[in-house]
Amino acid sequence: MKGNPKSNNTTGLPRKRFYRARAHSNPLSDSHFPVPTAPSEVDYASHYPHYYSSEGTCNENGESTIDSKGAIHKPELKKIQFADVGCGFGGLLISLSTLFPDTLMIGMEIRDKVTEYVKERILALRETNPGQYQNVSVVRTNSMKYIPNFFEKGQLLKMFFLFPDPHFKEKNHRRRVISTHLLDEYAYTLQVGGIIYTITDVEELGEWMKDCLARHPLFEAVPEKELDVDPVVKLLSSATEEGQKVARNGGQTFLAVYRRIALSEIENGV
Amino acid sequence: MEEETLMDVGVGINKETEVAPALISVHPLEKSVAVAIGSQLRVYDLQGDCCINLVDDSGGNQHTGSIRAICYGAKGSLFASAGDDKLVKIWSTDSWHCIRTVCSEKRVTAVAISHDDLFVTFADKFGVVWVVGLDGICNETNNKPTSLFGHYCSIITSLEFSPDGRFIISADRDFKIRVTVFPEKPLSGAHEIQSFCLGHTEFVSCVAVVASPELPEGFLLSGSGDCTVRLWDITSGALLDTCDVSAQAGVREPSEKEDAFSSAVTDICAYPNGSIVAVAVQGLQGVLLLSCDLFAKTLSVIKVVSVGETLIPTSLGLNSSAEHLWMITGASNLPALDDPSFARVRVVSGIHKESKGSTWSDPIVLEDSKIPGGEKLLEKLQGSVSIAKEEQTLAAVAEAVNMAMRNLLIKREYSSEKRELRKKSRNDKKLKQ
Repeated sequence: MKGNPKSNNTTGLPRKRFYRARAHSNPLSDSHFPVPTAPSEVDYASHYPHYYSSEGTCNENGESTIDSKGAIHKPELKKIQFADVGCGFGGLLISLSTLFPDTLMIGMEIRDKVTEYVKERILALRETNPGQYQNVSVVRTNSMKYIPNFFEKGQLLKMFFLFPDPHFKEKNHRRRVISTHLLDEYAYTLQVGGIIYTITDVEELGEWMKDCLARHPLFEAVPEKELDVDPVVKLLSSATEEGQKVARNGGQTFLAVYRRIALSEIENGV
Repeated sequence: MEEETLMDVGVGINKETEVAPALISVHPLEKSVAVAIGSQLRVYDLQGDCCINLVDDSGGNQHTGSIRAICYGAKGSLFASAGDDKLVKIWSTDSWHCIRTVCSEKRVTAVAISHDDLFVTFADKFGVVWVVGLDGICNETNNKPTSLFGHYCSIITSLEFSPDGRFIISADRDFKIRVTVFPEKPLSGAHEIQSFCLGHTEFVSCVAVVASPELPEGFLLSGSGDCTVRLWDITSGALLDTCDVSAQAGVREPSEKEDAFSSAVTDICAYPNGSIVAVAVQGLQGVLLLSCDLFAKTLSVIKVVSVGETLIPTSLGLNSSAEHLWMITGASNLPALDDPSFARVRVVSGIHKESKGSTWSDPIVLEDSKIPGGEKLLEKLQGSVSIAKEEQTLAAVAEAVNMAMRNLLIKREYSSEKRELRKKSRNDKKLKQ
């Protein structure tokens, strides 16, 4: 970390001014960055070196156990369970990392420079806080196209869509990260009971996201009571850079939190 | 993408003159055979041994753009055609009347009919799959397609129903194959994804289902620009086997493989008992036969059947008795030829395993006069019997089709200067000024 001209000398953290990027990126354009062909190809060793060695084995409790019949049981490898889609500068991830220290989580960001910043930020935090922030990582990708390449069916517990690009113009609505068609894919990667968190400061987009989720047969709204006691909900606006900006300017935020449900539940429930 | 093609200054493709490969499809009981070339749909009645004149009194428009997808329903009573003119036409195969003309918002790239003949699904160039219900009287409201699901902004290259009809399978140029539960009420969307079949490293060009009486739920086969044919478990999406076909297609040097298109798989046809798979490959003269063992879940190369001329099929067709393997090569809008469209139909018979042992019979490439329907059929489907057989023509077709596929499916990378140039010619920017 030392000697990195883009880092702050005292904290070792990267400085944002060296990682400025355009606020918008076109999710429709062809991607030319590497994408894992399948979830099994995701390079866990480079993302979570504390948990995985380069041979692809789990380091923590890494010893294989041998049962009475002599069969070798490898410990179940940890998989990513939280995904922050469009993680921006990574504020939420950093807060979640210490709140859920045993959960692997990843930020997905389409802007190259911003991803670089988050990467440096995580590395700096790992260095200054030994043993911490090992469960968090970031990847540069277009999650609207490649979510199934990263996560298996029912792998995720939580997905975050915080302050996404509003794409105001009607002709650009198909670029929005929450849509009926994309929710099909998010429902596929979330396990039943998993939660999708969305928040925005744009009322129109808030309505749109709520509407998409409410109409989707695989999601149901999380009741207010549960939201009040969910520690994550507070972080949505307080931990993210965008959320802090909105709070500074005294703006309003619009929240929609929905739970993944099984299709059969509805059928039986009727 | 459509927009991308339009503003493509570097390659200079004109939408009107885009080469479209010829397609062939055979009735499940070999009652008829259909060929699409350009905007023309040609059908020959094998049962009645006569040419069919299509009757279109559905009140819709005729096909004016290249037809990109044709298919028979599983029972053979319906047929669908669709393509660049954004029309999906549904035909009754009893009378060959057009019973429905559905308008799509975008150009159509794939079409499939549900096994119960109640729904027609089609995919557009923006990756959205649409559905139209066929029961009830056709009126304005039920003739309007509703969106079923979507691949995010990726061209869907192939659409199929699983053998048991439970799933609809879609493949795209972003290496993905998606298996979606086909719901009881598809008009309200198909939201439950059963699996993704991931493993291809280039665009997926075609998918086919394979099943046998012992394994009725079946398996999925896919062909791709990465020169492989793969076998998948439909329910779990697990990759069962991969068969590299680049060696058969004559890619000897590893460096040649860099140019993926020299041996991209273009079409797959599975024999109904599931034991043999016929594969068409770019650059491969003839058709490649694979042996498929559904119990061991393996694929292996049997041999290449050469059809005696430098013929590289653009499309394959097979019926449920699998007596004849039909193949076509051809294209429309061919540059630098006297006749802009060209089609050549060939038929191979006698592909089966010898009853004893594991040797394979020698397939017979049928003479033009010996094929079902004979020369009368060829006159209808090819446009003329005595087609110019010059190698030059066939080579030109192969080249043009290869180029068209490359333009359609490969992702172009631009240098930063070129990107700036393209940004300058953006039409949305121009409007603002």
